[in-house]
Amino acid sequence: MHTPLIKKLILAVLGMFAFAFALVPLYDVFCDITGLNGKIDLVVAEQSDRVDESRVVDVSFTTHAKSSAPFSVEAQQYSVIVQPGKLSEVEFIARNLSDSARIMQAIPSVSPGQAAKYLHKLACFCFDQQSLQANQTMKFTLRFYVDTELPTDVQELTLSYTLYDVTDSMATSNLKQKNTPDQLVSLAEDVSLRGHENG
Amino acid sequence: MSIAAEEQKASHEHSHGAPSGLKRWLYTTNHKDIGSLYLLFSLLMFLTGGAMAMVIRAELFQPGMQLVDPHFFNQMTTVHGLVMVFGAVMPAFTGLANWMIPMMVGAPDMALPRMNNWSFWILPFAFAILLMSLFMEGGGPAFGWTFYAPLSTTYSNDNTALFVFAVHIMGISSIMGAINVIVTIVNMRAPGMTWMKLPLFVWTWLITAFLLIAVMPVLAGAVTMVLTDKYFGTSFFDAAGGGDPVMFQHIFWFFGHPEVYIMILPAFGIISTIVPTFSRKKLFGYASMVYATSSIALLSFVVWAHHMFTTGMPLAGELFFMYATMLISVPTGVKVFNWVATMWRGAISFEIPMMFAIAFIVLFTLGGFSGLMLAITPADFQYHDTYFVVAHFHYVLVTGAVFSIMAAAYYWLPKWTGNMYNETLAQWHFWMSLVSVNVLFFPMHFVGLAGMPRRIPDYALQFADFNAIISVGGFVFGLSQLLFVAVVFKCIRGGESVPNKVWDGAEGLEWEVASPAPYHTFSKPPKVD
Repeated sequence: MHTPLIKKLILAVLGMFAFAFALVPLYDVFCDITGLNGKIDLVVAEQSDRVDESRVVDVSFTTHAKSSAPFSVEAQQYSVIVQPGKLSEVEFIARNLSDSARIMQAIPSVSPGQAAKYLHKLACFCFDQQSLQANQTMKFTLRFYVDTELPTDVQELTLSYTLYDVTDSMATSNLKQKNTPDQLVSLAEDVSLRGHENG
Repeated sequence: MSIAAEEQKASHEHSHGAPSGLKRWLYTTNHKDIGSLYLLFSLLMFLTGGAMAMVIRAELFQPGMQLVDPHFFNQMTTVHGLVMVFGAVMPAFTGLANWMIPMMVGAPDMALPRMNNWSFWILPFAFAILLMSLFMEGGGPAFGWTFYAPLSTTYSNDNTALFVFAVHIMGISSIMGAINVIVTIVNMRAPGMTWMKLPLFVWTWLITAFLLIAVMPVLAGAVTMVLTDKYFGTSFFDAAGGGDPVMFQHIFWFFGHPEVYIMILPAFGIISTIVPTFSRKKLFGYASMVYATSSIALLSFVVWAHHMFTTGMPLAGELFFMYATMLISVPTGVKVFNWVATMWRGAISFEIPMMFAIAFIVLFTLGGFSGLMLAITPADFQYHDTYFVVAHFHYVLVTGAVFSIMAAAYYWLPKWTGNMYNETLAQWHFWMSLVSVNVLFFPMHFVGLAGMPRRIPDYALQFADFNAIISVGGFVFGLSQLLFVAVVFKCIRGGESVPNKVWDGAEGLEWEVASPAPYHTFSKPPKVD
């Protein structure tokens, strides 16, 4: 007498457990569509065909290494003033501060968040994981432009990079990829990053 | 022949009485035994969590670091929250559901008695695991009961696994309890008990059970992600691997907001039962109560991000969550209005359950108002993570949920034990609690507005006087609860015998069985017209 109802309820419980995990890709899709959260597409953009010469935008750069990440990355210019649509280049000097070879992943973020989808990068060291030998110094070039569609109330934006040391997790995630290829969103993103050229 | 007499005869006929000793409690599948176990366990956890609150208030009695180090202080705030939410309030409501729902709908027992036994007996293990971690190297969870990533992933110690498993077990227990409640209410109502004749406590619990089924698995998912992020190299909440720590908050509060209604809807049911009894009037607006409860439950799924206004949401999101949150005050207002309208021109008498119920109505509403203030997005930026929030949720949870549980305990204790509680002690308990709880939580509004942050073991000197007052209120409130323990145990051991219908204005099937309620009730379903 109770069995059909119990089955439905257990199904609902399992469904909600699955839903909790489904929220992870849903969240990414939602952020992607709306451009919320300052999340930036890690893809190479096309060059803009028009330049808005009527206004300028101040773009500042900041980098922040996670406490366990032995890297420093510094922009050669603190900020640049650009016209929307016009391509700009900024050089970054990256250093491995440790005495061993490490792999670095830089995660970009734009503030204010709603400007994130208007910043397009043609080349960025964040597109790929970067191997740095012990104490090695490397120069990277960021090539970017600000979209002409950028809302006019945004006159300044900040591109911030958080630097992570992914040496250890690369080892484990490669291992995992073999066993469960479709397990995790993060791994899927790893795959999509591959093949893009370095800045 | 009255139903009570029939019951007594019935229980003589199948005289397979309960086994004695420890085994009776370990193996029991009787809803009344399991209800008692839940309630006693909840009382024990209430005192445990209360002891931790005493440590917190002792440390905050004076500015500067006095008694405990900050890491232990963080463990106290965290485990206090976890124990009170999952160990005290939720099991108390489940205990009341076990005791009362079968008697209220005229069923002989819960639908799934063996699962009922399991859902209780895994709980002590969950809390043993959680509390044990406090004594291990590195200490217990110290990241707040909300276990925000990366505090619970990157920055927590290895005992986090124990926290995760404890929460898993608590979740499984709640889900089993919820399934049991739903199946009992849907399938085992006495003939003639149509949906709109269900007592409101049963209605509110039915809706609560659906909330539990919807969100406890999401909590299980969230702790599982924390577990795999911490130990198995996934990056759900780690930006380095493509995850996002803000997503943790979305998933957590998708569980967390319905959770707060899980802790208050059964309270609404209790108040809707007690107020008509002592007003000697029918409940005003029964149908609107049912619809209000349902709409609160539905709305609770679309307001979660009001806990996260300061994470940098876009304006549209802030506006949506602000208005959706404010919308909840409409059905809640309907409820408060109905309780007051029930009392209006009633022949009110002020027995202890009614006193707690009236205190609930006033003080819960006060907590609701501070909730409305918090819902105003621009104002929330000032209130966020201050003692104003602490004041708000303690008004709705202590003078709300806990007071309703006290009211329920006083209301049905004579039915459960057959004895009236000691009126003098109960009066002392009520008045001491009422005064001290306000001394404890009301000044928190002011220190919060003045900027005192929550979860910090020290504070700026200008908050010293208020914190001393708050701590005194806390100690008195804590001690007053020992009076409650005394009342309960005195009442179990003896006291003035009560008739079957303990309160002259009471209505419902539970008052038609003998006092104390026999081990088996409604073996034959009663007829409801």
